[in-house]
Amino acid sequence: MGGVSQTTEITPRPPAEPIAGASEAPRIVARTTAVDAVGLEGRAAALATRSIKRDAKLWALDLTIRSIDLTTLEGSDTTGKIVAMCAKAVRPDPVRPELPSVAAVCIYPQLVPVAARQLDGTGVAVASVAGGFPSGLGPLEARLQEIRDVASDGADEIDIVLNRSLFLGGRYADAFEELVAAREAAGSTHLKVILEAGELGSYDRIRQASMLAMAAGADFIKTSTGKIGVNATLPNALCMMEAARDFHQQTGRRVGVKVAGGVRRSKQAIQYLVLLHETLGPDWMTPELFRIGASSLLNDVLMQLEKERTGSYSGPDYFTID
Amino acid sequence: MSEAIERPASGAPPWEYASAPESTDIVRLDDRYGLFIGGEFVEPKSGRWFPTISPSTEETLAEVAEADAADIARAVDAARDAAPAWQHLAPAERAKFVFRIARQLQERAREFAVLETMNGGKPIREARDIDIPLAAAHFFYYAGWADKLEYAFPGRGTPTPVGVAGQIIPWNFPLLMAAWKVAPALAAGNTVVLKPAETTPLTALLLASVVQEAELPPGVVNIVTGAGETGAALVGAAVDKIAFTGSTEVGKAIRRATAGSGKRLTLELGGKAANIVFEDAPLDQAVEGVVNGIFFNQGHVCCAGSRLLVQEPVFDVVLDKLKERLQTLRVGDPLDKNTDIGAINSKAQLDKISELVESGVDEGAEIYQPECVLPERGFWFRPTLFTGVSQSHRIAREEIFGPVLSILTFRTPEEAIEKANNTPYGLSAGIWTEKGSRILHMAERLRAGVVWANTFNRFDPTSPFGGYKESGFGREGGLHGLEPYLSFDGGAQR
Repeated sequence: MGGVSQTTEITPRPPAEPIAGASEAPRIVARTTAVDAVGLEGRAAALATRSIKRDAKLWALDLTIRSIDLTTLEGSDTTGKIVAMCAKAVRPDPVRPELPSVAAVCIYPQLVPVAARQLDGTGVAVASVAGGFPSGLGPLEARLQEIRDVASDGADEIDIVLNRSLFLGGRYADAFEELVAAREAAGSTHLKVILEAGELGSYDRIRQASMLAMAAGADFIKTSTGKIGVNATLPNALCMMEAARDFHQQTGRRVGVKVAGGVRRSKQAIQYLVLLHETLGPDWMTPELFRIGASSLLNDVLMQLEKERTGSYSGPDYFTID
Repeated sequence: MSEAIERPASGAPPWEYASAPESTDIVRLDDRYGLFIGGEFVEPKSGRWFPTISPSTEETLAEVAEADAADIARAVDAARDAAPAWQHLAPAERAKFVFRIARQLQERAREFAVLETMNGGKPIREARDIDIPLAAAHFFYYAGWADKLEYAFPGRGTPTPVGVAGQIIPWNFPLLMAAWKVAPALAAGNTVVLKPAETTPLTALLLASVVQEAELPPGVVNIVTGAGETGAALVGAAVDKIAFTGSTEVGKAIRRATAGSGKRLTLELGGKAANIVFEDAPLDQAVEGVVNGIFFNQGHVCCAGSRLLVQEPVFDVVLDKLKERLQTLRVGDPLDKNTDIGAINSKAQLDKISELVESGVDEGAEIYQPECVLPERGFWFRPTLFTGVSQSHRIAREEIFGPVLSILTFRTPEEAIEKANNTPYGLSAGIWTEKGSRILHMAERLRAGVVWANTFNRFDPTSPFGGYKESGFGREGGLHGLEPYLSFDGGAQR
């Protein structure tokens, strides 16, 4: 790697397409393999005890930076905030230009033009939430228009939400149809479908929602909006990874997994990477197929890298807080 | 940390976990260990010693004494002398001693875990997370019963201890099996002579030091080392009860030797458990449970789920998932915190596994083993699957006691029950289905001491464990495990 900020050039994959019609949605849900909560949580807990040290840790921290969707989703976000965050996304540590950039910044639709300007030519993608984030319960046409708008404003990736009201109400065909419409509205933009796992109530439901979203043409399935009490957890993520593994086995298509909400420490990020590595395997160990939606995580990773480099921890004031 | 590795080359896969070995500094071994009799380590009258090794490096860790009949007699005498005072100690006082052992095990858990792994070859992750915490839990559990014995078995009259118990344990869970035997015996007011297996004596000898620290009266716990002859001498000695965990072959010999002697006997022997996966099962967790069922502790588990019965519609998908999962099993240095499968316990056991696996290939079953690099020194065996197995194959009938799974299929619940029960053993079984009524239907009909539903190899001190048929008789754990160590002056005797 050279001496300047390295962008992580993410090879764009062709956008996914629906593999089924809406009438098949109920059958997709019914056919989904059951999940045993005790077994799933036990497996996630066991994998979390893997001891990742030295070179393996550095490798993981590097991939963590390259997989981050640096996120701000506050009502108080301004142009100034986005400009600063974009600078941080491109060059996470000004004194260590050899470190990679993050994968993307993730923001609200209105700020997409600002980020698109700031990130033009940097290789860092612009990701926007859309489609009535976070509830997904606005008028359908308005939600689809929002998706079209952010795509034309320069977003490379769009994070939409599953309509949990339809899904939990058993209206699978309707929920599926909305996802397919969103897929179409997003065009060639990379589409991530947020399941909001914390609202689904059981691992069975999370797995069913995963299968539904993947069949509807999601490029990524994402755990959470970050707007409710329960966000990404290791078992939730493992459950979705196992669904992605089945989907790949059945269709040959690789769907990415994004964990979001509550991932603040390097140690957590590494635990998710271990789950990914031992569930979906080496093919998924890339920002093309794995993302972490986070904000404060980035500085913790930088601090860990500095510790590995110098042998001691430095204080938080040595890392920029853009 | 050198600058050179601070930025790995664009983080290209594969991701290799760096080795993460647990330090062995915490373990201080003597060159030689005598017999623990009457509260102190003594030289064996036999004058004989034998080396005990690490199966992962083949290095000698220490020499231990080989007890002969005279040594055993001395140990039994010590236990007999200690018995009256121990039995008549205020029950709450007796409980205190057992609690002390439990607390010391927790206090020294890391030391015990590392030593267990060094001497037995099991992954440190298992010794640390399962063996040692469970051993401590057994002492805690039975300590609680010590002053409540008269309420434990209503209608049976006043319970009194049996006397001196001779206890012979295997090499697969050395400390845990010691706990299963010693804890209920002490709580019930018995004194014991414990013989650990010849390949794994060291944690039992470390337990002796815990017994000393806990200031148990001398002679209440005696620990004698040796091989089969030593065990036979203990069976033949003047004890009141024999408790044995080990092979069915030896169990039968003990049964013959104790017949007509008036000695009480409990046997926990081999197994050939069926793990039954129905088509509606939570398949990813079932695969995880199957892996845990047969590869936990290198398959050196009497209740291992060594026969997998899969309902035909999901056979292909389960097999694919299993093969994929096997690729991620990490075989190697048991002291590495990331190791899933450690060393085979001994050369003799490795030979036995190899012989049975060869028989499987010869009889026409199809073998699958993942690619993995095995260390050069030590005893190792790749995790192994057999498909195309029929009930008449040796690998479907004989206990392999290694990381080898035989896979069969079934069509209906009745066929699964028939195949699962069609074995001389009956220690455990597993059922994987989302349907609760089917779990109950199957559990009623499976002739096995333990039936796990949607899990496998779960243990708890409050839960009885033991077998049907050639898997033995008597139970360990729970109240059931206390009962063989008590006599009652009223009601029925077992």
